[in-house]
Amino acid sequence: MSSAWRKKRHIFVDGDIDCMIRNLTNRIILIVMIIALALWVDLSDEIKIINPLSNEPLFLQNIEPRLGLDLQGGLQVLLEADIPADQQIDSESMELARSIVQQRTDALGVNENLIQLAGDRRIVGEFPGLADTESVLAIIQQTGLLEFVDTGDFNPEDGATLFTDYSPTGEPVTLPESGEVMYHTIMTGAELDSITVGTDQLGTNYVINFTLKSEGAKIFAEHTSANAGKFLTILLDKQVISAPIINDPITSGQGSISGNFTAESANSFAVQLRYGSLPVPLKVVETRIIGPTLGADSLNKSLIAGLIGMAIVAMFMILYYRMPGLAAVLSILTYAAIAFAIFKWFHFTLTLPAIAGFLLSTGSALDANILIFERIKEELRSGRSIVQALDLGWTRAWSSIRDSNLSAIITAIILFWFGSSFGATIVKGFSLTLALGVMISLFTAIYITRTLLVIFINAFKPKNLDAWFGL
Amino acid sequence: MNILGKRYIFFALSLILIVPGLVLLGIKGLPLSIDFTGGTLFEVSFEEGKTPETDAILSIYDAAQINDAQVTATENGSLIIRSSFLTNESRDVVLNALREASGSEVAVLKFDSVGPSIGAQVTQRAAIAVAVSSLLVVLFIIWSFRKVPNAFRYGVCAILAMIHDIAIILSITGIGAYFFSWEIDSLFLTALLTVIGFSMQDTIVVFDRIRENSTILRRVEYETLVNHSIVQTLQRSINTQLMTVEFLLLALAMFGGITLREFAIILLVGLLSGTYSSIFVAAPILVLWEKREWTTWFGRGASA
Repeated sequence: MSSAWRKKRHIFVDGDIDCMIRNLTNRIILIVMIIALALWVDLSDEIKIINPLSNEPLFLQNIEPRLGLDLQGGLQVLLEADIPADQQIDSESMELARSIVQQRTDALGVNENLIQLAGDRRIVGEFPGLADTESVLAIIQQTGLLEFVDTGDFNPEDGATLFTDYSPTGEPVTLPESGEVMYHTIMTGAELDSITVGTDQLGTNYVINFTLKSEGAKIFAEHTSANAGKFLTILLDKQVISAPIINDPITSGQGSISGNFTAESANSFAVQLRYGSLPVPLKVVETRIIGPTLGADSLNKSLIAGLIGMAIVAMFMILYYRMPGLAAVLSILTYAAIAFAIFKWFHFTLTLPAIAGFLLSTGSALDANILIFERIKEELRSGRSIVQALDLGWTRAWSSIRDSNLSAIITAIILFWFGSSFGATIVKGFSLTLALGVMISLFTAIYITRTLLVIFINAFKPKNLDAWFGL
Repeated sequence: MNILGKRYIFFALSLILIVPGLVLLGIKGLPLSIDFTGGTLFEVSFEEGKTPETDAILSIYDAAQINDAQVTATENGSLIIRSSFLTNESRDVVLNALREASGSEVAVLKFDSVGPSIGAQVTQRAAIAVAVSSLLVVLFIIWSFRKVPNAFRYGVCAILAMIHDIAIILSITGIGAYFFSWEIDSLFLTALLTVIGFSMQDTIVVFDRIRENSTILRRVEYETLVNHSIVQTLQRSINTQLMTVEFLLLALAMFGGITLREFAIILLVGLLSGTYSSIFVAAPILVLWEKREWTTWFGRGASA
């Protein structure tokens, strides 16, 4: 391409430039709205919409960013159902176990703990900022405190919380407030020997059969003989799970609980009695502790590294591609704002690999722009007008942008699958930000860069292609 | 610019890059981390001057019924103790014993403990993840190039380029394992799968240009057509990879936290290799296949 040939070209700017893009105004409005929305989410810690009539919040969502364990230190445990591998576990009991672990650890007062199912027989728990692992592990693995409580003539509702005089340490229990009733615990679940589900003599109703250890049998015999017709309430972690009436004295150490059980409810009740509140026994198969100093160090350094990298890249884009490069850098900034807003909105955990995934998807966004710009340059060099070159740049680069990004998304999905079945939250975070980033970047590269470029061309009416496009 | 004419030189260059690392890997064996093998990595630091001797630590582990512990010191003065799976109970025993033996406060910097059964399953899943993702991407390429003659070849060449990139990564891992005691952990796997995805991305960009050109330049010889397509996409490849992605990763590798360094280096090399292989491996093999060059390999002797 000789320069003499280059100089001879004419550029058709006037007249057809305004019709380069349809609905330019609408596009600008849409983009401004998206940016405003993204910045709003980016810059605030919670989103609150107040009803102007009643002054009550219509909508409230906390969107403070979550830092992953690798950034602030903490504990991660992977719990596995302690049941032979060939035995099926239904998803409901795993979900129940998960919510119980969640409740128990919430009670610890740990901030931002996250308990998630990982695959069909594992639960992953994350406790950011926590160094004392012993208390967490102890509370997760405990089987739950089962108590048999004398509530006299009072028939409490299922799920109600009662105060009892039992304390595991043996210290006397004090009531939190006066006016509450303290009930007497006759015995705990430790006295249970075996639990089975059966039917009554008629064979129509389900009952829970239990046998007691010798000490328990004695206590039970005494209590039931003296309190026939009263309620013997069963508590799990101080919550009522059932309040059967004592029909007959139970002196043999064997008894049964009847009620309106279905096969299912009888089974789950039996499981609760057997394992405490956990419907499946859990064992710790993986523990990871990350000290807090290591995490903070990594976060600062990686953020600075990311910024340095981005600055160099922005400089390169503008120097090399000139006006389109500037448009690309602006749209990458928009992309970063949108992506960060989405991560905040959905409460993604920010981990180092997630940040890396984000940076890589930025690369992907740039790639889409570079593909287009190279194409535009090619078309300009072969003598087309700016308008034609822009059009062709986008349409001809599209097939390779589409295909190459789809392949990246396919890989990210596989990674996500791998990460989520093992509680490898690190892998999961990476793949999620990568996949989302690639998708958002497609939008910004195709839509926002193009709009910006048209605005620029309208504003500057470039004549000298060498200077404006860096041919 | 005639890139394809020198294809055998580039093949040789790839081999020179791949073989030494693989040999080192063969000597050392795959440096699988506890993520895959199961076991425990315990990193602790002591007050200055109170770090106990290795023997003292080993006997503490022995007392806890674990006799395969290995102690290594890190550059910042902490100790990394590797052993078979340590339960949380035995960790507390060990930790207390360490406190007593050293007479110093012991800070737990890191404790990674993976049960043996988990490790085995992770390995299996990881293999499936790599296999499934490469298979899907190849099927996608074959589908996407269905209108081009011999779409199947494009898929196979993309796989070959991908295998090339995996080999390069394994090679650098072998070198890293030999000299800097790198390990293959789940973060490594993440890097590997990313490279696979982006390697495909690069290959697809080149192939897409071949696809487009083959409808425009019908009468041109295949080798010229492919070479032309490579040259047309070369600027993009250089700009995308060298100028943008590699800059980002280089910054991450140089200034980022220690935790990410190995990850960033592997991505850096892997993505570079992904671009290289799309130009110097995938496309040349397409031509080689079209011309059935292997029929002349032995006849011409060492002329390649």
